[in-house]
Amino acid sequence: MSKSNLFNKASGGFIEHDHNNDGIDRRGFLKCMAWAGAGAVCIMEGGVLKSFALGSQQQSAAKVHKTGELSFVQISDSHMGFNKPANPDVIATLKAAVDKINALPHPPEFILHTGDISHLSKPEEFDNVDQILKATNKEIFFVPGEHDVLNDDGAMFRERYGKNSQGQGWYSFDKNGVHFIGLVNVVNLKAGGLGTLGNEQLEWLERDVKHLKSSTPIIVFAHIPLWTIYPQWGWGTDDSAQALSYLKKFGSVTVLNGHIHQTMQKVEGNVTFHTACSTAFPQPAPGKGEGPGPMKVPAEQLRSVLGITDVNYRRGRHALAVVDSSLA
Amino acid sequence: MNMKKNILLTSLAVAVPLAVAVGAVLMLQPARARGEGNKAQAVEVRVDNFTFTPETLTVQVNSPVTWVNKDDIPHVIASTDGLFKSKALDTDQQYSFTFTKAGTYSYFCAIHPKMVGKIVVH
Repeated sequence: MSKSNLFNKASGGFIEHDHNNDGIDRRGFLKCMAWAGAGAVCIMEGGVLKSFALGSQQQSAAKVHKTGELSFVQISDSHMGFNKPANPDVIATLKAAVDKINALPHPPEFILHTGDISHLSKPEEFDNVDQILKATNKEIFFVPGEHDVLNDDGAMFRERYGKNSQGQGWYSFDKNGVHFIGLVNVVNLKAGGLGTLGNEQLEWLERDVKHLKSSTPIIVFAHIPLWTIYPQWGWGTDDSAQALSYLKKFGSVTVLNGHIHQTMQKVEGNVTFHTACSTAFPQPAPGKGEGPGPMKVPAEQLRSVLGITDVNYRRGRHALAVVDSSLA
Repeated sequence: MNMKKNILLTSLAVAVPLAVAVGAVLMLQPARARGEGNKAQAVEVRVDNFTFTPETLTVQVNSPVTWVNKDDIPHVIASTDGLFKSKALDTDQQYSFTFTKAGTYSYFCAIHPKMVGKIVVH
């Protein structure tokens, strides 16, 4: 099937079937994602999925940024220090991600890193990532993954990246009228459980958003997914429902996560959930492998299963435009 | 019965049980020494593919238990009651703990908490 067959409408629309009545054509989405490595991009806008060939995406991206008010990039799971067969050179692939960011048609204003920056919480691993990301010349906001808090429940992480944070490292900030909330769900994990936010953080979150107007766009970012994707592999957060209940009043909520090393999306009412690829190694689709560990692919395919996420917000739109692109 | 026989019988009545008792004590001691030899045997839990094998391990009191990480991802071995916690174990690293009291001890991986196991100590 040639690429041009995928894009059979003049407007660039591709998705036609909405069987679950939630604005998502899952079959179309899967088809779209299968082409992501070949240079197509899938854009979620207003709860509706659109796809564009990479060339035409640049034109529409230009349109978005003219009226757009905010753009940033999410990267995740760099696992600096990992050196097993699934990727013997995570430095090279992180550098490829930086090159990708620097080559975006319109530069992002800043970067979010959703955790597992390091592989073994070693100082030199954090140093390496900081050094490589310097080449983006952008402000970077981090939240920790479980690999970043191995020896000290995150004390070193907070010292490096959590200067303005509270508790185990949660914080919020505003950019262009959009309210960003960084959450920590990788410490004090309980046996047999999933990710956890904990009461102190939940109480802080409730206070943090209490006085915001419901028209304020909200972006939450945390390492482990805040919706239950596959509990057998720990892909979920035990007390995320409580957190989301505090965000019910807002018209636009976007949740950005990492941890699962593949892209996945879900829309639930006014909340769009999205997970990012890793810049280090892929993991199997839920239940499709022996476990949630590194998945080896043929060397020439590696970069097509790693990636970055470009996010654009246009005032007045219901949801953000979230664009995944691979490192291929 | 003459006196001599009486004394002999009495002596025997005392000596024989005494000999048996002493003999029994002498026999017990070597057995205890053999038990001490078995105590030192190390027992292993293999950590691989986000799983502890065996999931339930039975050991004797004072036998060291060694977790060996054969996974391509690090793991942290932690008891659920705060009794022990390893540092992060990368591939081929290991951690040992010796249980000095009988009982059932639940543990898990502190960074992948769905991984759980049990040590039964008797």
